[in-house]
Amino acid sequence: MTDSATMPQPVSFGRRVKRFMADRPLIPLIILLIILVVILQILRPGIVNERWLANTAKFAIPLAILAGCQTMTMLTGGIDLSVGTVATMSAFIMATQIVNQDPAVAFLLAMLPAVLIGLVNGIGVGVFRVHPLIMTLGTSLIGTGFLQVYQRTVIASGAKIPDFLNWLGTGVTYGFPNALLLFVPVAVLIVFMLNRTGFGRLLYAVGDNERAARLSGVRYWQVITALYVLSSLLAGITGLLYIGLIKAPSLSLAEPLVLPSVAAAVIGGTSIFGGRGGYTGTIIGALILTVLTTLLTILQMPEGGRRILFGFIVLFVTAAYLRIVEDR
Amino acid sequence: MTTNPLPQNPLLDATGVAKNYGAVAALRNASLSVLPGEVHALMGANGAGKSTLVKILTGAIRADAGRILIRGQQLDVRSPAAARRAGLLPVYQEPSLIPDLDVLSNLRLTGTPVEPFRAWVRELGIPDLDIRETARNIPLAILRVLDLARALAVEPDVLLLDEMTAALPANLAEKVLEVVRRQGDAGRSVIFISHRFVEISALCDRATVLRDGATVGVVDIEPGIEERIVEMMLGSRIEKTRVAARAAPDTSTTKAGRPRLAVRNLQLGTKLNDVSFDLANGEVVGVFALEGQGQDELFAALAGSIRPGGGTIEVDGVPARFSHPSDAIQAGIAYVPGDRTEALAMQRSVRENIALPFSAALRKWGPIRMRREQVVVSGAIGRLQIDTRAQGEVQRLSGGNQQKVTIARWIAADARTILCFDPTRGIDVGTKQEIYKLLRELAGQAKSVLFYTSEMEEVQRVCDRVIVIFGGRVVDTFSVEEADEPALMRAAYGLPRGVKADVGILADVRTDTGAAS
Repeated sequence: MTDSATMPQPVSFGRRVKRFMADRPLIPLIILLIILVVILQILRPGIVNERWLANTAKFAIPLAILAGCQTMTMLTGGIDLSVGTVATMSAFIMATQIVNQDPAVAFLLAMLPAVLIGLVNGIGVGVFRVHPLIMTLGTSLIGTGFLQVYQRTVIASGAKIPDFLNWLGTGVTYGFPNALLLFVPVAVLIVFMLNRTGFGRLLYAVGDNERAARLSGVRYWQVITALYVLSSLLAGITGLLYIGLIKAPSLSLAEPLVLPSVAAAVIGGTSIFGGRGGYTGTIIGALILTVLTTLLTILQMPEGGRRILFGFIVLFVTAAYLRIVEDR
Repeated sequence: MTTNPLPQNPLLDATGVAKNYGAVAALRNASLSVLPGEVHALMGANGAGKSTLVKILTGAIRADAGRILIRGQQLDVRSPAAARRAGLLPVYQEPSLIPDLDVLSNLRLTGTPVEPFRAWVRELGIPDLDIRETARNIPLAILRVLDLARALAVEPDVLLLDEMTAALPANLAEKVLEVVRRQGDAGRSVIFISHRFVEISALCDRATVLRDGATVGVVDIEPGIEERIVEMMLGSRIEKTRVAARAAPDTSTTKAGRPRLAVRNLQLGTKLNDVSFDLANGEVVGVFALEGQGQDELFAALAGSIRPGGGTIEVDGVPARFSHPSDAIQAGIAYVPGDRTEALAMQRSVRENIALPFSAALRKWGPIRMRREQVVVSGAIGRLQIDTRAQGEVQRLSGGNQQKVTIARWIAADARTILCFDPTRGIDVGTKQEIYKLLRELAGQAKSVLFYTSEMEEVQRVCDRVIVIFGGRVVDTFSVEEADEPALMRAAYGLPRGVKADVGILADVRTDTGAAS
């Protein structure tokens, strides 16, 4: 490690390319995304048009926000598996409460479980040092249980999707999905927070070397609690967006997004061991996964075969990407 | 001295042992010869090569050169198991029982016979051991005794004890010493590593002294020998070095005002005992000690990493209680650990590492004023002359530059007191000089520095005063003019000041222990 710092040596072309990629890890990701779109266009000429782009964006956005939750928690060496349950809860509560309640009240009720679960996650991980995997899995199961109990109390009143969420989730204005109105500010905020705020710095520092952060005066539990509450809030908001897209409230609404959200963050270059990564990579990761899903859908394979292929591609892409980007 | 004809054939005979780590020679030419029935002390200052020699003898690492004979047969100890088969068994400072297994399973794991083990445990002063107890639940002191009993139970020819009595309460330590002594009488040999002259005089027949990776002498233990041993450990450095009295800090301001840091009767488990000292503004106070004398705990307590069991710490005359490092930082006390990997986020940039304390407090979590941060950080980088060619990731920097980053962080944060724990360990000479200079500059700006060092020469280069810690106690305090290397070395080994070689303290100790037993 000292060599690279003190003795610049002539390096081969391959090594230079590697260095270049290592310094700009987004480039190989963007290249991969373009390759996937080109393959899609070759397999189905004409499929890549304005409507397809809007559609892809619509489905990629909820995934990308949840993957943002994973990115932030993974930077500290954690993970948040409760995002699916939190999103489902807020969506389900919103859709059922809007029937009898004022929209503002319904919104607050919908976000309540998100805050609670985030708080419990944060205290469990930050104070009692439960492993984030187990902690968030546990709260996720508890949340699902509560939702089932809650469902019995609202069977009579039924559910409806608020018009605004409908508009936000599915609507398209001048060819741009309305969901971008939510996503762009969220994405800008996350990127700004990670790079330009004290809290963002601490996420990286805690994930890289918790002891060093402690010796610098950082109180771990504060960072972790704030982080998991934030992650849960984002997941709750994603749930509201997603119900406007899917339009069918169910008890497992956002559950299928959980593992892809982890995959998107990993493909985007965030290390699950903490301290490395960023949100822009994650967004591209979410796009890659969404395009990949479309690609496998048009291949007219049986569902099982599609899943197998999906799994293999995710593994392969991640391994290859890390080989390119890791510079040591 | 090693060429003296020996009356018996040695049981263990190592000659010309050398070991290099890269360009660094940990051992150059070490020899050690142990006779049957002998308790043999292995001595040397920090970094003399004791632990490297021990690791080679017990097969933990391989020597680059040298010959090791056991009972006259050349032996290639290539693994701990091979050393064990050859009859050479170590008991290290760290307990070696597997924490999650009970004692009995631990014995089975190493094929140790149970009955002899139990007999030894009773012999060593623990009458009521439950061998079904899980090792994790057994106190540290008992674990160390169990390690010894486990080694004794297989009747090794050569038993190697590394600081065996450290962390033992007095009654257990006494039993251990008694048993070790009897090992010798039974015709087995013991290699005894210790910093305590009292034990060595009571126990050992001869001592081998290492300095800078080579054996510099083998002596018989007799009254008055400790002065010779200290001389050997120091080598040519015995010449009393004269230091120009430092441009002494303006005594009227430092002495009259209350001390920046006043430590009184600090107590921490068995590690720190009644430690008291002052640190004034504008002063660099050195802490000198052999390894493991409680200096780690002292610094951790002052930094807020661990809570002391008793005693007080006063900052500017106000009693302080630190429950988290952030409390100490709040009081302007920053800790620079000796191990850089403890202090740095290795994958982050130089800038982020230096600026880390700025964001720590809850109210500083908001947007960072990038330009102001840039100014402060570059100021600190410039002051320490950190090579920033690889500043994207701290792990790409050289060790010396990494060390500078750990200090630059607190220069940028403008900490009033810096606790530097061996900041020059394993870095190049040039960087060392820069760090000395920086610490003096800080003192010149009325900041205060507590500076632990394992290298005696640094005391005179940097410190105004030095306290010497031995066995968890402050045994002596020297002004820099008095702190020549022989004086420091004697104090670090717990020898009182001004003892004449021909009188010696060892004679007294011998008669004392004789009367006691």
